[in-house]
Amino acid sequence: MAGSGLQILVAYPFLGPRGAAYGWYPLQGAAPPAYVTLGGWLAGARHLHFAFAWLFAANALAYLGYLVASGEWRRRLFFPTRDARNAWLTVLHDLHLRREAPAPVGLYNGMQRLTYTGVLLVAPLLALSGLALSKPVQLPRLTALLGGYDGARAIHLLVLALLAAFLVVHLVQVALHPRTLLDMASGGRRPDGDAP
Amino acid sequence: MSRRSLLAATARTAGALALGGLVGPACDASRPHAGLLEFMEGFNERLERALFDPARLAPELPESDQTDPAEFPQYKIGLDFPEAPAGWALQVGGLVARPQALSLEALQRLPMAHTRVRHHCVEGWSAVAGWEGVRLSEVARLAGVDPRARYVEFRSFEPRYYSCWDLESALHPQTILAYGMNGDALAAEYGAPLRLYSAVKLGYKMVKFLSTITFLPVRTGGYWEDQGYEWFAGI
Repeated sequence: MAGSGLQILVAYPFLGPRGAAYGWYPLQGAAPPAYVTLGGWLAGARHLHFAFAWLFAANALAYLGYLVASGEWRRRLFFPTRDARNAWLTVLHDLHLRREAPAPVGLYNGMQRLTYTGVLLVAPLLALSGLALSKPVQLPRLTALLGGYDGARAIHLLVLALLAAFLVVHLVQVALHPRTLLDMASGGRRPDGDAP
Repeated sequence: MSRRSLLAATARTAGALALGGLVGPACDASRPHAGLLEFMEGFNERLERALFDPARLAPELPESDQTDPAEFPQYKIGLDFPEAPAGWALQVGGLVARPQALSLEALQRLPMAHTRVRHHCVEGWSAVAGWEGVRLSEVARLAGVDPRARYVEFRSFEPRYYSCWDLESALHPQTILAYGMNGDALAAEYGAPLRLYSAVKLGYKMVKFLSTITFLPVRTGGYWEDQGYEWFAGI
C-alpha cells in the first residue's frame, strides 16, 4: 500500500490545490525515489492500491475482531491510569536517565501499550482519508470532516509517515533486543511471568 | 510428526507455492487490465456504481475559490493543440430517435448551464474553474435517447482521443458540454470549441475537442482506459 501510494504521489508530488504554495509542507515538489515505489506507473500503482486496500481493511477488521472477542484488548491497549506512569519511567530508563527499570506490568510495558494503541487510533484515518480522496463528491461529509480534498491528502501522507516512523523504531528495538522476536512468534511468556 | 501430517504439510506448501506462482504473474501492475487487478477493478466499479447518487451535486464554489487561470493545466495528448475542422458541428448519434448535428451557435441557443466545482485529476492535483455550456442531459433529450442505451462514447477531433461513460454519470446535472471557461469563450488550450466537463469524473474522462457523441448499448474503451487507466473513474 505504501509503495503504490508513493508511486501515485510521484505523478504530482505536491500537497494543496494548483496555484497554492502550501509552505508548511517541506517536501513540496520532491518526488519519492524509485526504491520506495511499487507499480512502476500511475495506472498500475492505482490498480494495486485500490485492489490491496480491501486486504488492508479486511486484515484490520479481523485483527480488531480478535482483539475484542479474545479479551486481549485488556492487556494490549493503553489505559492512562494503569500505564501512563510506567510509560514515562520506561522512556527515562531507555534513555539512560533513570537507572532502575520500571516494575514489569504484564505482556507489554506502558510505552509499548501507548505506541500500539496510537497505531490503532491513526491507522483508520489512513482508510478514511483514502476513501475521501477517492470519492470526494460521493462522500461529501467525510471529505469535509477531514478538511476537504487537500486536507485528506495531507492526512493520508502524514499518517503514512507516522506509521513508517513506528515501523523503523520497532525494527530498531527488535534489533537491539533480538530475544523479543521469539516472544512475538511464540506469543510470549504467560501473563503471570512464567515461561511458556 | 506422523507421515500423514508430513504429507499434508507438504501438500499445503506446494499449494501455496503454486498459488504464489499463479498470483504473481496475475497481479502485474504493467498490465492492469488482466488477472487479479482486472477482477478488483470490476469489484471496485460495482461499489462505485452503488455509491453513485445521480441526484447528489458537488458543491458549487464561489468565484473567490477559482484557481489562477495561468495555473490551470492545459490539455492535449498530441504535440500541438488541434484545430477544429472547417464547418465543425457536434454529431450526436447511436441509439437516438433524432440524430443531431449541432453547430456552436445551435448549442449556445440551448439553455445555458454553469458549473464551478473542484476539478480532480488522476495525478492528484485539484483546481477550480467556472464552465459554461449545455447539460448533456439536455442534448440527450433533444436527440431522444433510446432506453436501450446504457453507455455514451465521446470522440474527439484530436486523433486517438476518446472515452466512454456510464449513462448515469453522463446525464448527471453537473455533466455539461462546455463552450466557455471562466466567462470567456473556451480556448484551444482547454479543448475548444467544445469539451466535456463534469463534477463526477476524473479529468481524463472529460474528452476535449469534442466531435461525436454516440449512445450505445455496450461499453467501449478510451485513449487512457485502453492503456490501463481505470474505466469508471468516478469521484
